[in-house]
Amino acid sequence: MTGSMDHPTPTMPLAIEARGIVKSFPGVLANDQVDFDLRVGEVHALLGENGAGKSTLMNVLAGLYQPEAGELLVDGAAVRFRSPRDAIAAGIGMVHQHFTLVPSQTVTENVLLGLPLPRFRLDLRRAEASVAEMAEGVGMRVDPRARVWQLSVGEQQRVEILKMLYRGARILIMDEPTAVLAPQEAEELFATLRTMTGTGRSVVFISHKLGEVLAVADRITVMRAGRVTAAAISPVGSTPADLARLMVGRPVLETLERADAAPGRVVLSAADVHASNDRGIESLRGVSLQVRAGEIVGIAAVAGNGQSELAEALTGLRRCTGRIVVDGVDIGGQAAGAALRAGVGHVPEDRARVGSAPNLSIVDNLVMKRFRRPPLARGPFLDDGAARALATDLKARYSISAPSIDSPVRILSGGNLQRLILAREIEAAPAVLIAVQPTRGLDVGAIEVVHRLLLELRTKGTAILLISEELDELRTLADRLLVMFEGRISAEMPAGGADLHEIGMHMTGGAGVEALAGMAAAVASAPGAPPP
Amino acid sequence: MIVRLEPRGAVAGWVSAAMTVAALIVAFVIGGLVLAFVGGDPVRVYLHIVNAAFGNIGVISDTLVKATPLILTGLACALAFRMRLWNIGAEGQFLLGAWGASAVVLAPVLPVGTPAIVVIPVMMLAGAMAGAAWGLIPGLLRARLGVNEIITTLMLNYIALAWLQFWVFGPWSEGGFQQSVTFPRTAWLPRLTDFAASVPALGGLTTHLGLVFALVATAIMWVVVSRTRFGYEMRLIGDNPTAARYAGVDIARYVIVVFAVSGALAGLAGMSEVSGVVHRLQDRISPGYGFTAIIIAYLARLGPWRVVLASILFGALILAGREIQPSGVPAMIQGIILFCLIGSDVLVRYRVRVARRGAVGAT
Repeated sequence: MTGSMDHPTPTMPLAIEARGIVKSFPGVLANDQVDFDLRVGEVHALLGENGAGKSTLMNVLAGLYQPEAGELLVDGAAVRFRSPRDAIAAGIGMVHQHFTLVPSQTVTENVLLGLPLPRFRLDLRRAEASVAEMAEGVGMRVDPRARVWQLSVGEQQRVEILKMLYRGARILIMDEPTAVLAPQEAEELFATLRTMTGTGRSVVFISHKLGEVLAVADRITVMRAGRVTAAAISPVGSTPADLARLMVGRPVLETLERADAAPGRVVLSAADVHASNDRGIESLRGVSLQVRAGEIVGIAAVAGNGQSELAEALTGLRRCTGRIVVDGVDIGGQAAGAALRAGVGHVPEDRARVGSAPNLSIVDNLVMKRFRRPPLARGPFLDDGAARALATDLKARYSISAPSIDSPVRILSGGNLQRLILAREIEAAPAVLIAVQPTRGLDVGAIEVVHRLLLELRTKGTAILLISEELDELRTLADRLLVMFEGRISAEMPAGGADLHEIGMHMTGGAGVEALAGMAAAVASAPGAPPP
Repeated sequence: MIVRLEPRGAVAGWVSAAMTVAALIVAFVIGGLVLAFVGGDPVRVYLHIVNAAFGNIGVISDTLVKATPLILTGLACALAFRMRLWNIGAEGQFLLGAWGASAVVLAPVLPVGTPAIVVIPVMMLAGAMAGAAWGLIPGLLRARLGVNEIITTLMLNYIALAWLQFWVFGPWSEGGFQQSVTFPRTAWLPRLTDFAASVPALGGLTTHLGLVFALVATAIMWVVVSRTRFGYEMRLIGDNPTAARYAGVDIARYVIVVFAVSGALAGLAGMSEVSGVVHRLQDRISPGYGFTAIIIAYLARLGPWRVVLASILFGALILAGREIQPSGVPAMIQGIILFCLIGSDVLVRYRVRVARRGAVGAT
C-alpha cells in the first residue's frame, strides 16, 4: 500500500480519498467532479441541502452506486466497489436513514443476519456476549437479547451501528443520523461517535443541521448542487451563518418577520379526547385544547407521548372519543372526510407514506384535497385542464422543483415534497391547520420557507396547531406552548421567553430534570458553539 | 462481465409500451423454439395461426366472437387490478352471469312469447346482476372484515361451477344431458348473419351484439378511469390507500363498488356468451375466459382500449390454436406470454447496465 500521494500535509493518514467523482442520474448531475477525503480517527461532516449530492457521494463510497468517473482510494490503495459487500470488505459501512432490521428478532440475531458464519449451529450465548462487548467498547447501552420492536428509534440506530462494527467496519458513514432522534438520543450518539474515533475508527457524518455539525465534526465539507463549495474546513471560527450561506448559496435570513398575535375566535376546540395507539394502548388520555384564529399553538413532547395520535385524532385518521369542534361542527370520532369538510388541513408527520401517492403525478397529488369541489369537479368529472393549471401555478409559486407537473412525486426530494404538501394544504384555505414535524429532515433553506409559510398563514387568520420535536422551532413560531407527557397535557405557557428547563421538566413529567438540564444547555448553546 | 439493475426514475409511457411489445415478441420466439424442439415448423405454425385467425372476413368474425367475452372479463379484471384488488374470480362471475341470463328463459322469469326487445335487456340485467352479486361476496368480505380477496374469489369460482352444474344436470337438464334446451330465438343476441337476407355479404358471420356491449363498456370504462373523480379516487387508492384515507376517500365503499362493477362486467360476458353464441346453458360454457382475462389485463397494463387489442390477440390464439392442437399449443403460448410480461415488468422499473470487470470508468 502506498501512502496518499498528493494531499497537502496530512496530519493523519487518510482512510478514504475520493477524487473527481462524477455520477449522474437521468436529468441530474448528482456529483460533478467531487473530491473528498476522510482522515483516520476523525468525524468529517458532509453538509448540504437535500439534493446537494451528499447521499449520492456516500452511496458511491459504500458501493451502492458506481461512479461514471473518478477514483476511490481506501488506505491509499485504489479500489473499485461493485456492491456494498465489497465496501464492507474494505472496512466501509453505511448506516442509512431508514433502518433495515427485523422487528421480531433480537438485537444479536439482527447483527448476525446475513453473515456467512456461523454456518449451521448458532451459539447465541457467545454471539450475545461478543455483541455486548462490542457495544461496551464504544460506550453504547444495548441489551443484546432485546427484541428490536421493543427498542426506541435511538436504540435501533445503535443496532445498525453494531451491525456495521461487527462486520469489521473501520469507516462508518452515517446518513442524517439525527433526523429521527430526540435531543437526548442525539447527544448519546455524539458521545458514541467520539468514543469510536478515539479507537481509531473514522466517521462521515451527513447532516444539514448546522448546530450539531459544528458540535460534533473535526472537519466540515459543504456541498451544493453536486459540487463541493467548501472543502474540509475547520469548525473553529465557522459560524452557522457562514455554513448556511455555503449550503444555500445566499445569505439566509435568520430572523423571521413576525407580527404580534391577534387571536380571534376559537376555531378548533377539543374536549376530553381519548385514543389508543397502534398497539391498542391508550395513548391519549383526555386531551382538551383550543386554538384561535390567527394563533399558532405549539405542542412540545418527547416522541411517543401521544402527540402523533393527537394529530391523527384531530384529522379523523384515528378513532377517538371526545368532542372535536371546528367552527361549530363536531367532527369527533368521524372519518377523515368529515375533518376535511370542516376545514381541517393536515401536514402529516410521514410525508411519503401518508401525505402523498408516490407513483401519481404532481398534478394528482396537488388536487388530492380539493378535487371534490368546483372548479376542479364538474359533476362526476374532473376538469383536467383546471387541475393542470392549478398544478402549474402552485409548482411555480411554491418553487417545487421537478422536471414537469406530470412527474411522479416519488422522485421529489424531501424538501420539494414538503413544499408540495404545504402548497396543497395552505391553498385549500383551511380554517385550522395541523402541522406535524413540518421541518423534520429538511435543510436550512427549506426550513426557512416552511416557517415563513406558516407565519403567513397565521397572519391570514388560520388557526395553527404545530406539533414539533424541535424546541427552537416551537419557541420561534408558536404563540402558546402546550407540553404533552404520557398522553396528557402537562403544562401550558406563553411561548415567548418560555424557559427550556421548565419545558423539559414538563416534557418528562417532572422527572429526569438532571438529564434534561444537560440537553437544554446543549440546545441553548448549539448555534456557534465550538466543538469540544 | 457483470449485469446490474439500476432503478429508473420516471418511466416514459413509450418505455412500458415498448417493453410489452418486446415481451410479446420474445414470447413468440420462445414458443417457436418449443415448437421446433418437438419437431414442428414454427414459421409455418405461426403463419397458419395468422391465416386461421385473420385470413378472411369469416375467420376475423370468428376471432371477434372469441374476443368478445375476453374483452368484458378483461375489463372486469383490469378495473379491479387498478385498485390492487386481485379479483381472480372473473371465471365464476362469468358463469353466474350466464346462469342469471339463462334463468330469464329457463325459469322462466318472462312468459314464453315475450318479444326480443324485452327479453334481451332483461337477460343483460339478470346476467350483470348475478355477476355483481357474485363479486359482492368477496367485495363485502374484504371491505368489512379484511378477508383476502385472492382466496375468496378463487374459491368462489369452484362454487359457481358447481352451482351451474347443479342446474344443468338437474332442474334445467334437457333429457338428462348436461345442458339446457336451446333458447327460443327471442333470447338470441342478433348476429351479423341474421341480416344476410338484406345484405348477402354478412351471411355466415357469427359476430353478435355482445361485441357492441364490450366496446361500449370499454369506452365507458375509459372515460371513468381517466376523466372522472371516481377514476381519480381509484388511482389514489391503488397507489397509496393511506394517502387516499388522508384525502378523505371512503375506501371500503370503493372496494365494494369496484367489486360489484367488476362482477357485473364478467356477468355480462357470461350473458353475451349464452345469448350470442351457445344459445343454451351448459356446464362447459367457458374454456377459462375468466382466467385468460387475468393475462389480458396484465398484457394491456390495465388500459381499457389495450384490453380490446389484447383480447383480439388471445381470441385469435384460442381460435387458431385449436386447429393446430386442441389444447397444448395455445395454452403454452399463453403461458409463455404471461411469463415474459411479468419478466418485462422488471425491465420497465429497472435499467440493465452491463459492465466489464475493471472497466466501469467513463461511459
